[in-house]
Order: sequence, then C-alpha cells, then structure tokens
Amino acid sequence: MKASYVIIGAGISGCSIAYNLAKKGVKDIIVVEKHYLTAGATGRCGAGVRQQWGTEMNCRLAKASIDFFSIAKDELGYQGDIEFKQEGYLIVAVNEEEDKQFAKNVILQNSLGIPSRKITKEEAKEIVPHLNTDVILSATFCPTDGHLNPFTMTDAYYQAAKRLGVTFLFREEVKSIVVKNDKIEKVITTNHEIHTSNVINAAGGYAKEIGDMVNVAIPVYAERHEILVTEPVEKIQGPMVMSFGMNIYCQQVPHGSFLMGRSNPFEKPSHNIESSWQFLDEMAKTVCTLLPPIGNLRVIRQWAGSYNMSPDRQPIIGTTDLPGFYVACGFSGHGFMFAPMTGLLLSEIILGEPLTIDITDLHIDRFKTARDIVIEKSVV
Amino acid sequence: MSKKDIIICRCEDVTLEEIHQLLERGYTNIEELKRLLRVGMGPCQGTTCMQLIQREVSKFLNIPIEEVKTQKVRPLTMGVKLNAIKEGACDES
Repeated sequence: MKASYVIIGAGISGCSIAYNLAKKGVKDIIVVEKHYLTAGATGRCGAGVRQQWGTEMNCRLAKASIDFFSIAKDELGYQGDIEFKQEGYLIVAVNEEEDKQFAKNVILQNSLGIPSRKITKEEAKEIVPHLNTDVILSATFCPTDGHLNPFTMTDAYYQAAKRLGVTFLFREEVKSIVVKNDKIEKVITTNHEIHTSNVINAAGGYAKEIGDMVNVAIPVYAERHEILVTEPVEKIQGPMVMSFGMNIYCQQVPHGSFLMGRSNPFEKPSHNIESSWQFLDEMAKTVCTLLPPIGNLRVIRQWAGSYNMSPDRQPIIGTTDLPGFYVACGFSGHGFMFAPMTGLLLSEIILGEPLTIDITDLHIDRFKTARDIVIEKSVV
Repeated sequence: MSKKDIIICRCEDVTLEEIHQLLERGYTNIEELKRLLRVGMGPCQGTTCMQLIQREVSKFLNIPIEEVKTQKVRPLTMGVKLNAIKEGACDES
C-alpha cells in the first residue's frame, strides 16, 4: 500500500485532520486505528465543549471550535444528530483564590469575544436551582458553551472524510515506523506495510509510544480519568456545572442521563483504564454536596479513559525534528472540544498555508527552551 | 411484523430496523453499534439485548455467533443511588 499521509488514531483528532487535509485536495490519506472509531479518549470523554479557559491560546482554540460545531452538521453533510446544545457552563468558585482568578479569566475571555460573565451565587442559583450555594462564593457563566455527542460528532467527520476518499483501516495496530537517513519510509501495521513519507501522530493516550518509534521524544504521558452516568430523567439542568476546587464536572445530556467525572490527584501515569470503587465513592460525596438532589439518581455505569497530559496542560500541535512526522497530542483532557481547530490548523501547517490562529506557541520545541511555559490551571 | 416495530433494546427503544441499517453501513462491531445507537447503555446494561444483537451480527457477517464479541462489561451490575453510595462511605469512615 502507498499513502501520502498516514494518520495514526481514529479518534476525533485523527478524523478531523483527515477530513481537513482531504478537503484541501490531498489524496491517498490512510487512517490506521488499533480498535474501532472513537475507541480511545474521544468515546470516553465528558461530552462538554467550553470556552472558559485561563490561557489566551486555549480560549482562541475553543471559541473557533465552538463556532465550527454550530455549523458542523451542515458543513459535514451529516444525516445523524450531533446533539449540539448551547446551554452554557457554570463554573463555581469555592475559595477566594478562585474568585479572584475567575474575575481575571472573564476579562481575558471577554477580550477575545467570549460572552462569559462573573455572577453572584444567587444568580448562579437562578440558572441551576438545585445548586447548593452554601459551598460556593461566586461563579462564572458562559451561555454559548455546551454539549456535543462525541460518537456522532466523530462519525460525522469520519463519514465526510470517507466521502472525500480517505481510507480507514480499523482493528489494525501500528507496530513500527521505518526511518532511513532522517526520512520516513514506511509504516508497518499488524496487517499491512504502508509506504509513505508522512506520518501524523494523533494516537491520544499512546502518542508517546508512537513518538518513541521514530526517536522523537514527546513529553506526554497517559493518565486515567474516571466518569459515570446515571439513569435518564426529565430535564432539570441546562448547563454543565464545574468546580476545579471541589474537583467535579456534571452535566445532564440531551438523552436525560447525568454524566459526571472528577480527577484523582494521586493517579500515576499509566495506560490503566479500569474503573475503581474509590472513584464511585468520592464522586458520590462530591456531587451530593454540590448538587444535592442528584443523589436520588441511580448510577448505571462507570468507565474510564486516558488523558494525554502535556507539561503545560496545553496541546502539542505541529512539526517535529523528524521531517514528515507531525504531532497532535497532549490535549490533557480537551482534545474533543478543540478538534475542529486541531484538524484545520495542522492541515494548514502541513500544506504551508497561512494559519487561521497563530499556534507557534503550541510547537513541541516550547519544552526545549528555558523560557517559562504558560500553564493552564482551569482543568478538572 | 415490520422491522421497525421490533424492539431489540427495550431500555433505549432501538429497533431491528435501526440495527440492520447500521450493519449495512459497515458498523459491524458491537462496540460501534452501542456508541451510535445506545444499545446496551440503558439500565439493564445489555443483559436483554446483547444476545439478540450478537445473533443479528452473526447472521449479517455469516460467522458463528461465538465469534461475535460482546461489549465490554462495566460496573455497576445494577443501578445504585448516589445517596446510598455516599452514605455507605460515611458509615465506613
């Protein structure tokens, strides 16, 4: 087999990159996926899309991505329902430090055209009536943040890419990448040898291992994050409710179920994605404190997925020291919501086009230099 | 009986017709069917529908039913209220 570009990973990032390259006229693209569509982090994520970030870069990527999601169904010609819902994110401040930081975040967000606002806890209770305001100081709210179905959204990219001629190889694992004289020669999978000079690493939790195959050291690691879903009930909550201090995000999806997750600060880097009873225990305590009536709902399933963590919690997108080897990884739990920009911007980099958003600062070389990196703190 | 009147997944109201449509479009992995149709994602967690879906995939691909992998089994085995989990945790501490 021959390919102009081999993309590793059929999560939303890989599918978006494939679609954007194909739309710009690139032929003979092959996407290789170890399991099935959305088997990795995309299909395990919390299905939220937000613009309320603490770094300018993340704000810009998120806003432009949400602008795309709002027209994605028509743009991609998708028959199904991507379940895009814009009822906001309510981010609650639970201590003085967060209260002050959120005020600064809102100024930054507003300067970039993101319609977030700082609100009192009484105003927050009007938006989410079952919120326990005894445990919060204030909140920020952005009405254009929201929800999107990760499975159908990825399927929309996948089907659009296929129509543009992209080949997808599922249940095939990349075993090695042959490089000679600083030039990629071929990708060897469990079933094929694909001759190519270009490889795009969109392998999510396994991005580091793919980098190691070509001796490009990518400073990322996989970290388990757990999540659960309740039985569906009538709609009682519009926005995603989130707290960094209490360590929780919780939303009611259009289907009626509540989805919620939190991080484990003691989690060690690994590819473990098994569920734990400790998560269930901590999650129940946290949600019953912040959103007490949710305690009456039954948990029906829990699962886990890998965040691909970067040192500054911002993505790594662009070229590398090896010609023809590109990376789109290190999303630190936010690859789903940035995917439209990941695909667009990486295709622009690859084809040498002017960039829609300047993402020079997301290049992997930022970790080589001594200058301070800007760390995103608004992460659960 | 019409395929659209035959309910395969009772928790999520998924019909035989919907399953056949996705199989014909190339989604022949149970994990994919689950993600796109929500089969097996409801309160019974696939205990009612999964064997029926395995049979449909087996017929469609013309392979023995034992070669059709079912979905990953995830906790909990039955629905438990978050309050009950929280209170259980308090009793233990």
